Amino acid sequence: MNAATMNVTGEPIREKGEVLLAVQNVSLRFGGVKAISDVSFDIRKGEVRAIIGPNGAGKTSMLNCINGFYQPQEGQITFKGERRHKMKPHRAAAAGIARTFQNVALFKGMSTLDNIMTGRTLKMKRGFFWQALRHGPAMNEEIEHRKVVEDIIDFLQIEHIRKLPVGKLPYGLQKRVELGRALAMEPELLLLDEPMAGMNLEEKEDMCRFILDVNQQFGTTIALIEHDMGVVMDLSDRVVVLEYGRKIADGTPSEVKADQKVIDAYLGVAH
Amino acid sequence: MFYREAGQFKSTYQADMAVFPIRQDRIGLAIILAIAFIGIPMLANDFFITSVMIPFLVFSLAAIGLNILTGYTGLISLGTAAFMGVGAYACYKLTTFFPGVNIIVLILVSGLFSAGIGVLFGLPSLRIKGFYLAVATLAAQFFLQWAFVRVPWLFNYNASGAIEVPQRLLFGIPVTGASAAPETRYFVCLVLVVALTWFASNLVHGKIGRSWMAVRDMDIAAELMGIKLLNAKLLAFAVSSFYAGVAGAMMIFLWYGGGEANDVFTIRLSFNILFMVIIGGLGSLIGSFFGAAFIASLPTIMKFGLPALGVPMSGATAEHVTFMLVGALIIIFLIVEPHGLARLWQIGKQKLRTWPFPY
Amino acid sequence: MSDVAVRPMPNLLANGWIKAGLILAAIVVAAILGARLDGSGTLHKIFIDPFDQMVAAPDLLAQTVWEGLVSGVLYALIALGFVLIFKASGVFNFAQGIMVVFAALTLVGLYEKGVPAFLAVILTLGVMFVLAVAIERVVLRPLVNQPDIILFMATFGITYFLIGLGESVFGGNPKQMIADQLWLPKGAVDLKLFGGLVSLQKIDIAAAIIASVMIAVLAAFFQYTRIGRALRAVADSHKAALSVGISLNQIWVIVWFTAGIVALITGIMWGARSDVSFALEIVALKALPVLILGGFTSIPGAIIGGLIIGIGEKMGEFYWGPLVGGGIESWLAYFIALGFLLFRPQGLFGDKIIERI
Repeated sequence: MNAATMNVTGEPIREKGEVLLAVQNVSLRFGGVKAISDVSFDIRKGEVRAIIGPNGAGKTSMLNCINGFYQPQEGQITFKGERRHKMKPHRAAAAGIARTFQNVALFKGMSTLDNIMTGRTLKMKRGFFWQALRHGPAMNEEIEHRKVVEDIIDFLQIEHIRKLPVGKLPYGLQKRVELGRALAMEPELLLLDEPMAGMNLEEKEDMCRFILDVNQQFGTTIALIEHDMGVVMDLSDRVVVLEYGRKIADGTPSEVKADQKVIDAYLGVAH
Repeated sequence: MFYREAGQFKSTYQADMAVFPIRQDRIGLAIILAIAFIGIPMLANDFFITSVMIPFLVFSLAAIGLNILTGYTGLISLGTAAFMGVGAYACYKLTTFFPGVNIIVLILVSGLFSAGIGVLFGLPSLRIKGFYLAVATLAAQFFLQWAFVRVPWLFNYNASGAIEVPQRLLFGIPVTGASAAPETRYFVCLVLVVALTWFASNLVHGKIGRSWMAVRDMDIAAELMGIKLLNAKLLAFAVSSFYAGVAGAMMIFLWYGGGEANDVFTIRLSFNILFMVIIGGLGSLIGSFFGAAFIASLPTIMKFGLPALGVPMSGATAEHVTFMLVGALIIIFLIVEPHGLARLWQIGKQKLRTWPFPY
Repeated sequence: MSDVAVRPMPNLLANGWIKAGLILAAIVVAAILGARLDGSGTLHKIFIDPFDQMVAAPDLLAQTVWEGLVSGVLYALIALGFVLIFKASGVFNFAQGIMVVFAALTLVGLYEKGVPAFLAVILTLGVMFVLAVAIERVVLRPLVNQPDIILFMATFGITYFLIGLGESVFGGNPKQMIADQLWLPKGAVDLKLFGGLVSLQKIDIAAAIIASVMIAVLAAFFQYTRIGRALRAVADSHKAALSVGISLNQIWVIVWFTAGIVALITGIMWGARSDVSFALEIVALKALPVLILGGFTSIPGAIIGGLIIGIGEKMGEFYWGPLVGGGIESWLAYFIALGFLLFRPQGLFGDKIIERI
């Protein structure tokens, strides 16, 4: 799907399609605190875009704006060519944006299977009266979506825990279930907020593999907040660097890694 | 030894998603239904039916309603009794206007009125969360209780302020009123409860139930999944109040045969139903039945059961001890097993599956 | 309160459900009011007439406001006990209402058994203290990390338990508060105000004064003493307080003791104005609107909340009640609180909470 060509420094660039999401001059304030100041960047279809920066830089707030959970006071966000105005979270979901959270936001009272099935809610059309009867069209629809969910469960290799309540699962598996739930929405844009936080090396490698598979097999565009620079370098096509709510760099991983401002603010040098 | 899943493989998703996947559970359910439909009418005496079984059925239905709202959707409600009252009065007015219409149909229609009022008082849930919502439902409870007394049109300008249930026939047999036999009333209650429980079970196991539980567990995430909070919460209020309304209509028409709102649909009843749901198990339909059975039978056990065992207990003392016992049990359950009797039942079944082995 | 968040207010009228609901609401309210109103000029009756009445008979207005003030002060005292405990230990003691009644009952019960009045007061304080500690240890501590709803429901359990216990120990009949024996004044003071007569019950004046003194003492205590400072520290962060050497248990003992005193005084005042009995569910629950208005952590909030509810109720009942047949005191407070909640979910004095994800 993506032809690899070399760029100037000898690294392969994956050619990506048109702009899927454009953030223009967005500013967000909470009372007196300015979380984001005049940030602009875009995300192209099919790419993996990393958003990095020190803590408090406004990365999660940025994702929340894209999601519709916060409404930025200034600037605009354009998704799929449509300018969004006061978008509510469930409309963002309907438009094709899904996300995972820094602190796992699973439905603790339900099993893995049910959690992922809630991701299919938007796609399930049968209304109240059919649901009250259950047998018949509602059951058929449920089975149809169950098949899709089982595919996702296979993909993420979580068959063995599908009936367990998620509250009892270890942290790494919870993050995987959360990824499954986001995937169930068949999103065009997937926002991942520190998907590898708190994982050991093996779990991280698994998660990296899943993210890459999602991007390459399903063609999902991914925006990723991550602190592990190794992961960022390996996975992402382009990187945005935020500090204190401002954008200080934007480019390919190697460009950003070499940028002096980024080194000063975040990366540091080996000594 | 006899409660094993071994050998019961599911080869279709439909079988896997069944409400009672284990065959022994299905057999158990069939036995319970057989006892309910055949055994009780044949073997039990009138007193048992009118003082234990009918109240049990009415309370179970109300508890299911409250469980849908509080247990599955996480919206606390202290106004259940008021919604039951709406159902009762709606049924009364409907049967006054349409005396020829089948009373069961009217009972169900009066549930719709309850649902409407429920949605109205549920509107604040969009802005207010957690137990602050209790204030809105308290407002509903006290306001409606006041309206039941102050609007004489509701009880047909009856001088005593009470409803008197007229006789209604079903296939020629008196179903309500003084001449209705206990078995007949019990049967009607049973059919209604079984049917409505089946609907509730269907809702709760499907997409709508999952949406409700998502709203309960983390409504932010639910919203980001595309679930519209407004619709989910209001639907929960509507369905819950429908069940409460039907239960209220059943209570007046099939159990009491009449009554005065201030005596029946009080805040104490609201609390009782909430306690049934807590003790029985939040978020569990079978828990609603357990809780209702427990609290409905408690007064009878106190008044008659204990003296029968030789423990002296006067009427007043029985009431006081009931209060203390209920209060203590609420606390114990909330601390030890917040999922109530339903969870204990599940644990029991779990142990039964491995019996006689320890694990 | 972690359950309340400030989110952008959804555009209510854009939703079909809401529109339908509001229309239904308007019809229902109009129907009920219409059923209760007679005569013509409904709008005039609601919006103009009561104010006319207020101006025409200012002495009645003063009387009503005074009575509202007194009942408001008593509500505030119940809320105060709650706020104290919550501020210092973060523990929800919704059973404060029943504790007030229990205190009053114990006092009267001891007196009836022959204990002299002032000794009975001291003994009752002891009983309240033991009760408070028992509740904290047995019920509230095991539930310390549970969501508020669970605590809320647990305190209903406590309430029921105490009702049963109280009724079996003291009997279910309403009792007379031993106002005389406690040197509380009787009779009324008649003031010639605004061209008419405003009658102030002496016991009410006493209640208002005692309550004000108590609140002032508590406020000073919190603000200026070492222990008060320690209490505030504990309210902010248990861990931090521990790390500077404040003994949590000692603080909690002091707090619960204070709450017990407040409960007893409230119980005495309340009982002196009307009989002491268990018709309290309404009383115990009425603290909820007061706390919602005033916020859960603010002493001035509890007072102002109590006053607003008290005065609002009495005035509503007196001037608008007759329009609909009276008795609206039973629900007016909740609607007032509800109205506030819709516009200011954190109450008048509470802190705005922003949900973070």
